[in-house]
Amino acid sequence: MIELTDVHKAFGPNRVLIGVNLTIASGRSMVIIGGSGTGKSVALKCILGLIRPDSGTITLDGQDVTKGDRDAFLARFGMLFQGGALFDSLPVWQNVAFRLLRGSRKRPLPEAREIAIEKLRRVGLKPDVADKFPAELSGGMQKRVGLARAIAAEPEIIFFDEPTTGLDPIMAGVINDLIREIVTEIGATAMTITHDMSSVRAIADNVAMLHDGVIKWTGPVAEMDHSGDPYLDQFIHGRATGPIEAVR
Amino acid sequence: MTFFQSFLAGIGRYVLTALAAVGRIALFASNTLSHLARPPFYTREFLQALIQIGWLSLPVVGMTALFTGGALALQIYAGGARFNAETVVPSIVAIGLTRELGPVLGGLMVAARVASSIAAEIGTMKVTEQIDALTTLSTDPMKYLTLPRVLAATLAVPLLVGVGDAIGIMGGFLVGVGRLDFGAATYLHNTIDFLETWDVVSGVIKGAVFGFIVALMGCYYGMESGRGAQGVGRATKSAVVAASVLILASNYILTELFFSA
Repeated sequence: MIELTDVHKAFGPNRVLIGVNLTIASGRSMVIIGGSGTGKSVALKCILGLIRPDSGTITLDGQDVTKGDRDAFLARFGMLFQGGALFDSLPVWQNVAFRLLRGSRKRPLPEAREIAIEKLRRVGLKPDVADKFPAELSGGMQKRVGLARAIAAEPEIIFFDEPTTGLDPIMAGVINDLIREIVTEIGATAMTITHDMSSVRAIADNVAMLHDGVIKWTGPVAEMDHSGDPYLDQFIHGRATGPIEAVR
Repeated sequence: MTFFQSFLAGIGRYVLTALAAVGRIALFASNTLSHLARPPFYTREFLQALIQIGWLSLPVVGMTALFTGGALALQIYAGGARFNAETVVPSIVAIGLTRELGPVLGGLMVAARVASSIAAEIGTMKVTEQIDALTTLSTDPMKYLTLPRVLAATLAVPLLVGVGDAIGIMGGFLVGVGRLDFGAATYLHNTIDFLETWDVVSGVIKGAVFGFIVALMGCYYGMESGRGAQGVGRATKSAVVAASVLILASNYILTELFFSA
């Protein structure tokens, strides 16, 4: 279980998180929604330790994430970045097997390659993609490779940062279905940040809405349409009028 | 506040900013070096950096040394003719190249080629979240990106300087024999007779320091890169400028250390 308690983060005068409280239950898929620039990515990066919060605590299974063995902590996570964040200088299979080629989880080269090709197959890519470089792939294929990399070491927790941004609706649907299938299949805890409502409905067990630096609403996805929360209603229906200012 | 006070405050702000940058670079350097003693060490990345920085810089360093050696021979001959000292051409070319021009020009050429490429590569990795991705994959970016490059440059640039010295002396030899009517045997004899081991070794040590500076500046400004194309462009420019200035400044300090009476 991941728990954020009263987490604050500011960048200079810009206060991004102003007391975020959120619980993500083990084995569940939590989707955080909210407008652009509301701090969704910052919250996610705070959990991973990529950004240090100014105050508040973040725990994983009761353990403060800023303490203890960092390698062991990170080994529990997989992450799909918004732009894929594939390493340009490495072929696709080495991107996917990156964790398996070095460090504590190092495997022999042929075995790592075999696992990479199997993970590529799992996300619908053929083995001939393995030896290509990321720049030779389309945006949708890069997302799939990023997804394959995120699941390659079979992590307990997977983060998805805007998994469908920049994709056409069909490819977005394919990625959403893949995420749902994979999360269910490996029983991982998932945290996704997005403002794509089709993603929310396809991926989420629970939804949290972040606005003005705090969680405005959280609950099961089934209750999202009847929440009665004016912020959530405006956001999920994409209305220009309401408590959320259209121009921020 | 008077104009004079504003002027002083401006200078003070500039000095504080510069000192803060020096502090950050010193911390970055010590952090990089501390990884030498902490496994894992990424041998493959080190060897790749060695090829990129050392082997692929050889043509540009070699050409620079060749033309510099030739030009130096012409200049010394023309200058020496004023007081009938044309015979010093081989020895001054050799000493000038090995002590000063070889390491400094070699270092500056490597700074232009390598610091820019490292800063642009790491800066692009930063803005495309590849550095964050490395961290989430349990890989320390300092260990994976910075240490192999800094170590490779520190080892490769002295070798480049050594090869550049030889090529530069050959440039002087070609001009001396072909244009200035020196006998080939006399030119080589004078070069070898007057050249001391310390002339070469001091230049090679300078090369190691310059290599360290070049890669460190490339990595530092790459890691500090701002967002977008403009941020990467600024990081690249800053890396080359900082590396070049530090090479010239450290060259003076090393020359004082090595050769002051």
